[in-house]
Amino acid sequence: MGSVLRWIIRRDLLLALRQRTDVLTTVVFFVIVVSLFPLGVGPEMEKLRPLAAGVLWVAALLASMLSLGRLFAADYADGTLEQMLIAPQPLSLLVLGKIIGHWLVSGLPLVVIAPILGIQYDLTGEPLWVLLVSLLIGTPILSAIGAVGAALTLGLRGGGVLIALLVLPLYVPVIIFGAGAVEASASGIGPEGHLSLLAAFLMLSLVVGPLASATALRISVE
Amino acid sequence: MPSTPFNWFKYSSPATFYGLAGKLLPWFAIGSLGLFAAALYVGFFLAPTDFQQGESYRVIFIHVAAAWMSMFLYLLMAGYAALGLIFNTRLSAMMAQAIAPTGALFTFIALWTGALWGRPTWGTYWVWDARLTSELILLFLYVGFIALQASIEDPRRADRAGAVLAIVGAINVPIIYFSVQWWNTLHQGASVSLTRAPSMASIMLTGMLLMVFACWFYAIAVVLMRVRAIILERERSAAWVSDRLAGEQP
Repeated sequence: MGSVLRWIIRRDLLLALRQRTDVLTTVVFFVIVVSLFPLGVGPEMEKLRPLAAGVLWVAALLASMLSLGRLFAADYADGTLEQMLIAPQPLSLLVLGKIIGHWLVSGLPLVVIAPILGIQYDLTGEPLWVLLVSLLIGTPILSAIGAVGAALTLGLRGGGVLIALLVLPLYVPVIIFGAGAVEASASGIGPEGHLSLLAAFLMLSLVVGPLASATALRISVE
Repeated sequence: MPSTPFNWFKYSSPATFYGLAGKLLPWFAIGSLGLFAAALYVGFFLAPTDFQQGESYRVIFIHVAAAWMSMFLYLLMAGYAALGLIFNTRLSAMMAQAIAPTGALFTFIALWTGALWGRPTWGTYWVWDARLTSELILLFLYVGFIALQASIEDPRRADRAGAVLAIVGAINVPIIYFSVQWWNTLHQGASVSLTRAPSMASIMLTGMLLMVFACWFYAIAVVLMRVRAIILERERSAAWVSDRLAGEQP
């Protein structure tokens, strides 16, 4: 069972490597959105510093969400998805592989870039570390829950905006605990509580996400 | 002579339920009108003026009822959707589809009347307090459900996809509520509680309960009416539809 998981992740990474622009556009979108806020809100650090965690989290959320449409679309178009549906391995396992592949391609680069952007917002020391850790735990949740939305809207017109409408309300707890962890660290309360809850949500979403996505895929592909 | 028990499951077919809904509908409609009249009478004339808030507190009668309805209707919608997904019954999915707009309406009414109440009492139309934020997210969940079903052309695929979404949303609603509550208490945000229940006179409680029953009767009547329309639309190629419509021609 482990080998099919590794195979799916390797395949997704190989395909992503051949089309590096997809990875880069996600990261560039993240950087642009984070850079837009000071232009809109004003450049004073006193105004930007309290916003840092929230802005970075919302931008990561939007960037991760924009790449969700590509999760199943390419496989659906060339028939690979149907092969996955009739494969002997459980579909939720295959979907878990796709979720992990999506996170490696669209979530992990954001985690790597985030500290640099955090410094732009004058985040230093422990809050910056907590931001990194919260994004590290939180971005896989975004991929897992997003996969449900991507599976439900497979092949529909309406596309990216419809996924956003479906998935953003479900993202609310993730952003509350993710950004809240950084705030808790900055205010001295300590981020352990928030990060623990975030990790619990990660465990829950890694179980529920693939199962719900598998059901949704069977519904969407018939 | 042993009598066979009544088979309630015969109403799980759209054709028979259409007739049952049509018979029940007028009772619920008239009942809701009567209950609304009674509730409004209690709310406006019998309930005394609040010593702290004056007359503006009277919006509680519609606001609380609408908020309760919005939450319960979401659970009901998710329940029907789950039934439709598990047992593959068309009518359950049609009921879920019929409940969604009414649920969204009650959520909107709760938010709107809450804002109108907030202005004279808190001085602001909106705060990002736990209840308001999670009620707003509930509105987005309803809208997402309606949007997803509207964007899928095949009705059975729309039923099942909407069911998955409703069930995932139902799991998430308590998570959202508690996460927003914890977020709020950690930030020491709202200092004013939304419920004034402890100091409520019994006449006010009576008015509120009457209003809740009125809203329930209204919701049932409207959902029955809507599901009848959905049944006709989706079963339009069936013989019983053309027979019935021919019979109803003036």
